Amino acid sequence: MHGAHFSLAATDTSLSAPAQDDGASNDADIDRPETAKGKRAHLPFGRLFVRLLSLVVFVALWQAASGNRLHLGLVNFQNVPAPSEVVPALRDLLQSPKIGAHVGSSLCRVFAGFVSAALAGIALGLMIGRSRWAADLLQPPLEMLRPIPGVAWIPLAILMFPSSELSMVFITFVGALFPVLLNTIHGVSGIDPRLIAAAKSLGAGRLRLLTEVIAPGAAPSIVTGLSIGMGTSWFCLVTAEMIAGQYGIGYFTWESYNLQSYADIVVGMLFIGVFGMASSVLVRKFGDLLTPWYQIGNACGHE
Amino acid sequence: MSDPHEISRSGHIESRDLSIGWRHGKEHFQAVDRVSFSIAAGQFVCLLGPSGCGKSTLLGALAGHIRAASGSLFLDGAAILAPSPERGLVFQHHTLFPWKKVIDNVAFGLKMKGVARAERRARARELLDLVGLSGFEDKYPVQLSGGMQQRVEIARVLINQPRVLLMDEPFGALDAQTRWIMQQLLLQVWASIRTTIVFVTHDIDEALFLADRVLVMSHCPGRIRDDIPVPAARPRGEAWLTSDGFIRLKRHCLDLIHDERPCANPPDGADLALQPAVSRLAEALI
Repeated sequence: MHGAHFSLAATDTSLSAPAQDDGASNDADIDRPETAKGKRAHLPFGRLFVRLLSLVVFVALWQAASGNRLHLGLVNFQNVPAPSEVVPALRDLLQSPKIGAHVGSSLCRVFAGFVSAALAGIALGLMIGRSRWAADLLQPPLEMLRPIPGVAWIPLAILMFPSSELSMVFITFVGALFPVLLNTIHGVSGIDPRLIAAAKSLGAGRLRLLTEVIAPGAAPSIVTGLSIGMGTSWFCLVTAEMIAGQYGIGYFTWESYNLQSYADIVVGMLFIGVFGMASSVLVRKFGDLLTPWYQIGNACGHE
Repeated sequence: MSDPHEISRSGHIESRDLSIGWRHGKEHFQAVDRVSFSIAAGQFVCLLGPSGCGKSTLLGALAGHIRAASGSLFLDGAAILAPSPERGLVFQHHTLFPWKKVIDNVAFGLKMKGVARAERRARARELLDLVGLSGFEDKYPVQLSGGMQQRVEIARVLINQPRVLLMDEPFGALDAQTRWIMQQLLLQVWASIRTTIVFVTHDIDEALFLADRVLVMSHCPGRIRDDIPVPAARPRGEAWLTSDGFIRLKRHCLDLIHDERPCANPPDGADLALQPAVSRLAEALI
């Protein structure tokens, strides 16, 4: 269920988001279409039907496997709750007073970790991308830390921070930092040096160059980094909550396993998927608002 | 010459023994070799030559993006050391900011000077009108055709009231029809602003149609071979393009260019013009 759910989520985001080519500078010798409207044409009914059908069949198979206590040797469905058990469990959780505390604390942690990672990642990325001195100074330790997954920080984070709350936020921060940082550096390096030369020619100083050219030029890539970072920070958070949490969706999922209320495990997983996907979509939409020219450029490039 | 206000609307260019070289791996390539010339304020000069003859490099030095190995360049008596809005540069491929609407691209120079938004937009509208692009203020560059993009580029440079307009094959990527329209437009614009223009091209017809004076360059190393005045009266039209005087000058230019010995694989001029910026960026990113 977990894997299937995530792959569905991934398909959805990639459909709603335009392909992120390396800021392909559209050399235009030809007339461009006037507007970018209508680039998201609705799926024809037939394809929509197939997709819905596939979802229904998937749930039906799941129901059949769990309902019949199927044992396939390698995989065992005997203890997997069926959809018919999950739905009441979901209803119970939605009516319980605890839901607010679980969802609220997870959202707070993700928000705190993600926002601080976004600020730090963009600032560091712009510095490293623009200044050789900053790159020499900052990149070696960052390169050393980069391959270490956020989850691997859990024991050390617990030792480093006074509260488990802070250590979970820190792990979320680590998860989001590197995607944002790397995409920012990538975005800065992808800026056409001719644009920088032109801005200087037109009277831009160092600071103006940063705000008027470097930051907007790197923006599409930064948005990609933020959207990936949002995904990884949820991933890291849920794992951290399983180990160090007292409230939170990850904690709820793990606690349900310990209490042997198996239907709640699946409810927790559904929550993780829904919130992870929703926050990634939110970041992407927000990014699209910040980069209207990029949406138009993509629409022109595709048609 | 000491009072900056007194000279602000001139644009006299002086080059003295200017040399620019590039290291290309282990090879040393002399792009510009002891070039001296003088361009009067308000003159329209074309630098004509085959690709790789150093004309783009020379233009890059005039813009202040490229440092001379020796010799010096002066604008109204002051040495050219860095880029400045007083020397507007237009490339073959536009360098409009994709994230800014047309009007904000044009107003960019005034924004850098701290001019208020309403005022700079009003000025930008005037310039868009001058280049025939009224009504396109709120488009993004990607929504325009190549010719329109170059019009915006020219308007963006002119809003700074530059003393010199430096153009590096600005119409080289346009189709013949659009190019012809743009050449006429440029002459119209120039007639109303009368700034000095240095225009790089390898198209003889283009040079002879536009310029007061054509500097023909040779390559390996880049030197000025001839300095040809173009005496035709203005405004110029198609009649000039088919006149005997035009044909005679064209024949002369062809002879000069055909005389050239081919040289061993010169690096591309346009790439060289940006080499410092590119390599600095590459270094910054490791």
